[in-house]
Amino acid sequence: MSNPVTHSDVLIIGGGLMGSSAAFFLRHTHGKSVTLIESDLVGRQASGTNFGNVRRQGRPIHQLHLANRSLEIWRKANELLGADVEYLQSGHIRVCYRERPENIGKMEEYAVEARQNGLDLEILTGNALRDRFPFFGTDVVAGSYSAMDGHANPRLAAPAFARAAQKLGAQVFENTRIGHVTKVGTDFIATAKDGRVFKAPVLLITAGAWAGELSAQFGEPVKLTARSPTMSVTEPVPYAIAPAVGVMTPLEVETVYFRQVARGNIVLGGSTRAPAVAETYRSFVKPQNTLTQLQQLRRLAPALARLNIIRVWTGIEGYMDDSLPVMGPSATTSGLFYAFGFSGSGFQIGPGVGQTMAELIATGATGIDLSHYRVERMKAG
Amino acid sequence: MGQPRVIIVGAGPAGVRAAETIVAAGLTPIVIDEGRRAGGQIYRRQPENFRRAYTDLYGTEAPRAKSVHDGFDALRDRIDYRAETLVWNIADGHVWTASGTAQEAIPYDALILCTGATDRLMPMAGWDLPGTYSLGGSQVALKAQAVSIGSQVVFLGTGPLLYLVSSQYIKAGAKVAAVLDTSSFTARITALPDLLALPSVLWNGIALTRAIKAAGVPLLTGVTPVAISGDARTGVTGVTVRLGDGSERHFAADAVAMGYHLRPETQLADLARCTFAFDELTRQYLPVRDPDGRADAPTPLYLAGDGARVLGARSAEASGKLAALAALSDLGQPVDQGAIIMLRREVGRYGRFARGLAKAFPWPHQQAAALSDDTILCRCECVTVGDVRRTMDVTGAAETNRTKAFSRVGMGRCQGRYCGHAAAEVIAAHGEFPVADAGRLRGQAPVKPLPIAIGEAE
Repeated sequence: MSNPVTHSDVLIIGGGLMGSSAAFFLRHTHGKSVTLIESDLVGRQASGTNFGNVRRQGRPIHQLHLANRSLEIWRKANELLGADVEYLQSGHIRVCYRERPENIGKMEEYAVEARQNGLDLEILTGNALRDRFPFFGTDVVAGSYSAMDGHANPRLAAPAFARAAQKLGAQVFENTRIGHVTKVGTDFIATAKDGRVFKAPVLLITAGAWAGELSAQFGEPVKLTARSPTMSVTEPVPYAIAPAVGVMTPLEVETVYFRQVARGNIVLGGSTRAPAVAETYRSFVKPQNTLTQLQQLRRLAPALARLNIIRVWTGIEGYMDDSLPVMGPSATTSGLFYAFGFSGSGFQIGPGVGQTMAELIATGATGIDLSHYRVERMKAG
Repeated sequence: MGQPRVIIVGAGPAGVRAAETIVAAGLTPIVIDEGRRAGGQIYRRQPENFRRAYTDLYGTEAPRAKSVHDGFDALRDRIDYRAETLVWNIADGHVWTASGTAQEAIPYDALILCTGATDRLMPMAGWDLPGTYSLGGSQVALKAQAVSIGSQVVFLGTGPLLYLVSSQYIKAGAKVAAVLDTSSFTARITALPDLLALPSVLWNGIALTRAIKAAGVPLLTGVTPVAISGDARTGVTGVTVRLGDGSERHFAADAVAMGYHLRPETQLADLARCTFAFDELTRQYLPVRDPDGRADAPTPLYLAGDGARVLGARSAEASGKLAALAALSDLGQPVDQGAIIMLRREVGRYGRFARGLAKAFPWPHQQAAALSDDTILCRCECVTVGDVRRTMDVTGAAETNRTKAFSRVGMGRCQGRYCGHAAAEVIAAHGEFPVADAGRLRGQAPVKPLPIAIGEAE
């Protein structure tokens, strides 16, 4: 007896936010038949365990058009998906510390360029900063505020895209691990470890930290480092802090961030990440990283020291050496596309990535500049 | 190299006996306990300035309680004792402790977890009203502070604690409106052969039942909880149950103590990455360990007392010793093989008795399917039974962790320690699959809330 074979116009391997939103837009906008394959459960790793920042500032200027596009999707996500992804457009502020005064100048320069690229930022210092955001510690000297950014619930977002895609006719297979993938004639043939076969003339790989072993099968090995973010959440307290808050710093240990959700809990992320092993599908927060994160949080917002954290969690993220994703067509194989390696910064742009990849696949072109994300750049390095 | 480092978490009967055994081998264990005084829950010590007699506090178990307390007091100078200290995480062969805002990471060569148990709870309409306590909580109020949870108390649920705490309330002079047991008398008869493993304990139980009846307190078996009535501002006003003949009875009360036997506190074993397996009789996942308490885990981990299996305080003393002997043996220390064999036999007898208890006082899992949609399931996050059912319908979630991710059930400050078992039953009933397939909530640090100010002083 031969193994069951599933055919579609597009096969997507990797059911995170990128793959799920690409599946959605391929059905929704372009009417393509789509099969989405997830080795675990949709959105359970990087896409579901990240901080949930819908943050444009701090991204490379060349990424802002993609980020703007994504923001438009976040703003109408509930309506588009028929599910609440808890997007709250409550502002985002990025601050810098007294010890690094040179960052104020960098913030101002960034704001000038950002404004030319559709991101409006307001630089605040001294009393203006403290009057608006009295919770900052004394080390905080300046802030860059975006009123049009905010946060959403990562646990809900990718599954909501996958379900919406499914309602529009996409086929979604969870707990399906692809072992071998190849192109024969005009079709890609992906074989699951249990023998099921998936065929399509177009293949999109959105497998995050697991993508390297798939791209290697097409002669495009990519070095991805699996890492696990340090996440925590407090007990609920009265809602008082609107913006998501982050720190601009070259030191990983200082990069703490927090946001308060509507029901009152404060979600913390950032600071040191733990190494992870993608193959195990389970990662753990290092206790020392939690302590370091809390120490950094006390510096950023001292009053939060009076709260307790009630839970920590993490997931597996795929990092590129240059922190930029691989996004666009394969250099070796026609019909093959990639969108992975978002290096801990993929949540905000996720829906925009899905829309852009769907557009690229369906129409052969996109207005978004993908030149920085070519897979072949890794060879040159 | 110095002497091997043995860490014991918990200073109840299991922890105290484990510490004694380690000290007897010439080692100095670290004993970490959340309590202000050693003794654990069932032998909880009253504050220093309270002067109630042992027999008043512990009844028939007074000599055992005193022996555990005295045993601990004799150890004080020979152990490294950390009271009021939380183990909030375990990783890479270290326990991570928090005491106030002071923190420490302590490496271990052997870790003996004696973490005890808490009430196993099944939600019902109104169980979120002020004035509703767990049986364990109501016992703590009496034992530690000599107060009753109300002026007229209904005891509802099942298990030995239902009879023990209600009779303790009666003895202390509190007004008990009724003792309402969900288990049937027939179940007790069926369980009799196993319960006869410990005739004296069985006899104590029968004596408690007689004392409740002698005090004129209504004692009903085979009831089905209907609702706790009252309002959110003024609290509980009464409890309604359905009897075996289908009629309903209401008991006026301003407080309810409820619980359905106990569940082990397994989250530290989980953080230490112990394997878990499903137990059909009690319908829950339990840490896997050998008869001596050796856990299936990546570092030397031992489990004793009710934190491993709910076998009661007497068994906890024996399993504490046994786990300590297993640890000593694995550390290459000389141990008395004869003692091990005796202890195994003893623990085996308690195991048979505990199986009898589980049959006599079964977890009323069938109630989960009957809960109305508006019943609160997860009190920390205010998630209703209906929220969970709708989440499953809309998202296709068919397992507890996935349902938690989408509905927040079990995501709050208790991390599902109180609602996790009930949530699994609600999920299994709604999904129409066995409760084993609903899985178990994955434990996450911190085990209890951790101050953001942790480590501030350093």
